[in-house]
Amino acid sequence: MNRGKIPFYLLITVLIGTGLTTAWLRHTTTEVPLIPGEQKPVWLIEGRVDFYADGGAVTVNLDLPDQAPGFRLIREQAASPGYGFAVLEDQNNRRAEWTKREAVGLQTLYYNAQYIPVDSRPIEVDIEPELQTVFWSEPQSTAARELLRGAKARSSNPASTARELIKLLNPSTADQNAELLLTKEFSRAELLVKLLNQADVPARKVMALKLEDARRRQVLQPMVELFDDGHWLLIDSMTGEQGLPQNLLLWSRGEAAQLDVLGGQNSRLTFSMIRQTVPALALSQVQFTDNLFSMLGVYSLPIEEQSMFKMLFLLPLGAMVVVFMRVMIGLKTAGTFMPILISLAFLQTSLIPGLVSFILIVGLGLLLRSYLSYLNLLLVARIATLIVLVIFLISILSLVGYQLGFNAGITITFFPMIIIAWTIERMSILWEEEGPHEVLIQGGGSLLVAVIAYLLMNVQLISHLSFNFPELNLVILALILMMGQYTGYKLSELHRFRSMSHVTDAD
Amino acid sequence: MLISPLRLSKLGMLGMNCRNRDFIGRYNRRDLYPLVDNKLLTKFLAQEHNVATPQLQFVVREQHEIVKIEQQLANMNGFAIKPAKGSGGKGIWVITHREGDHFIKSSGAEITLDDIRRHMSNTLAGLYSLGGVNDEVIVEDLIEIDDCFEGYSFEGVPDIRIVVFHGFPVMAMLRLATHASDGKANLHQGAVGVGLDLATGRCLNAVQHGMPIEEHPDTKRPLKDIKVPDWHGMLTLASRCYDMTELGYIGVDLVLDANRGPELLELNARPGLAIQVANGFGLLPRLRQIEKLNRKHYTQADERVEYVMQHFSRLD
Repeated sequence: MNRGKIPFYLLITVLIGTGLTTAWLRHTTTEVPLIPGEQKPVWLIEGRVDFYADGGAVTVNLDLPDQAPGFRLIREQAASPGYGFAVLEDQNNRRAEWTKREAVGLQTLYYNAQYIPVDSRPIEVDIEPELQTVFWSEPQSTAARELLRGAKARSSNPASTARELIKLLNPSTADQNAELLLTKEFSRAELLVKLLNQADVPARKVMALKLEDARRRQVLQPMVELFDDGHWLLIDSMTGEQGLPQNLLLWSRGEAAQLDVLGGQNSRLTFSMIRQTVPALALSQVQFTDNLFSMLGVYSLPIEEQSMFKMLFLLPLGAMVVVFMRVMIGLKTAGTFMPILISLAFLQTSLIPGLVSFILIVGLGLLLRSYLSYLNLLLVARIATLIVLVIFLISILSLVGYQLGFNAGITITFFPMIIIAWTIERMSILWEEEGPHEVLIQGGGSLLVAVIAYLLMNVQLISHLSFNFPELNLVILALILMMGQYTGYKLSELHRFRSMSHVTDAD
Repeated sequence: MLISPLRLSKLGMLGMNCRNRDFIGRYNRRDLYPLVDNKLLTKFLAQEHNVATPQLQFVVREQHEIVKIEQQLANMNGFAIKPAKGSGGKGIWVITHREGDHFIKSSGAEITLDDIRRHMSNTLAGLYSLGGVNDEVIVEDLIEIDDCFEGYSFEGVPDIRIVVFHGFPVMAMLRLATHASDGKANLHQGAVGVGLDLATGRCLNAVQHGMPIEEHPDTKRPLKDIKVPDWHGMLTLASRCYDMTELGYIGVDLVLDANRGPELLELNARPGLAIQVANGFGLLPRLRQIEKLNRKHYTQADERVEYVMQHFSRLD
């Protein structure tokens, strides 16, 4: 390789690298899908608090999930007429608070939240949590000690200790000690938490919500989390299953009461939930509005500008097609980048109506232009005349098309008129000087490039990528730069120089 | 229908991409382009350097000047009208003689003074110039075909294209107009291209429409017998065009006038593809050879011509 070319290849690598990395970072951090039309599941969870108000001031305090592992909150709202509502955040503990000066009778408060399932990873905890102090009544204390001795003997680490304890506490196989503890005083989960803490394993009770599609009146279920090896491990105190199952939302983790109602009684907390699917793209826009990538993305612009950018970001691809067709293939086109403009017009009109109307306009234009050459006009005046005539042609075609019931008639107006006027002028001169053959070659070449560019731009994946990941245009830029360095033969030259195959080898 | 790229590169054929990037882009300074893209500037530059060109009669620069061309043309029988910024021979009208009020073009067509006026008006407006910029019209003397080309050209003047690289003529071709090319010397319009040996000016190979031929399609004269007279003078004239323009890679179009000898017709900053087919071999080895050469030893046109006559001979 030529040493002087190293900076160039470096530049190419940097461009491709930057383009791909930025796109990948955008994909991973803002979850803009790489493929258009991707759908994502969303859980819509509705918490409902019912209580009887005493008639005075009411304060309802509901614990909210802080960092539910495996889920991400995308939206929350409360619907409770007449109540003031706020989400209070206190030392990473989020609580919803409803307040009202006077309330009587049955009150119903709603809290709605939308969660999307995400990959759960255990959250590392820096500080080892403190052990809870355990109090037992005297007979229970002995039973607990015995139970623990047995469990500890058959286990090696906190997780297995918990598993053994759950086995011992199983009502069908419980021994005397276990039965003594399994009273109504504690729930199984509370019992397990106490026993684990006594065994010097930090543990706490958590409240979890099992998510099943279209369920109503669900309540929070108690589960146990024990601290092992730097993070919390979830254990089902009934079955002994360890780890976080799918579709289990940890609503509250070891904090104070889930629900506090001041000024009311008979309070009840129930949940209903429904599973929805929403487009991943829309979801990404809702979630990451203040992300750096979103701010640098096109979606932060007004819709009108967005649609303009949609076109703009497709242009590099068209430019690349033109470069490829001219540099590598050697296709002749009328006007270097005229084909891109035509292909953009095709995007508005769709292919067949676009092609038909384009050929119609240029053909009629050529007829009119052949009359203009008798008038002996100055060039600029002639092209200006052509522009006016082209506008008339387009209007007439649109109107006729509309009256005949073709909607495509109206979209003809998307063709760049001045470009078309110039094309007609060039084609006409070409016709006079080189004959209709050359006109067909160059006109056909332009249309071929335009159609190829259109077909590429029309691929949903490509328009999705170019709009949502504009940085990918850096990759296109790199490809164009690389093609600009190509000094090999064009495909057309292999035909042009074909007679050289008769030549005997040079000495 | 296609030839393999490997075979082309073995023949040393120069492709358009390679020419544009490695030679035109590298050795032709952009600011010098107007010197060759504008025939009028080329003409003045040639006069400065004592390079012979066809005699200039007058120039039309503005639309209003077209009115008075009748007097200017009054005492001229045959003449050529050229757009100063035209390319590829576009817009060139050759008037061979007059018949009464009519002018006769080289193709035999009869035209009137009004046709000439309209043509000039179109030319001034930029019809033939790149990008449609305003242009000028050159009216100059006709070239009288030298006897040695008698029967080799149909309705047109044969011209000699020489590719000059750093002042070294590296390849030459004689272009003969045919009936198919409508009297024009453009190969892609059907003119005959005759590759010339650099040492002697004799025919190496001849093609029409990219295919080898043996005789002129209209006059049937065998092309093998062609030998350009005053070959050394031709090459020297071509070589001096490099000193004149300082463009590293140019095509020099020369004509041989029966009375005035070799004359510079025009310069071209983007030559070199068709000439290879006419010669039957590629330019690239010669270009690379000149690139490697220590060119400081060859400051004079004569020395450079000596070098190429010695090194680039294909006939023994």
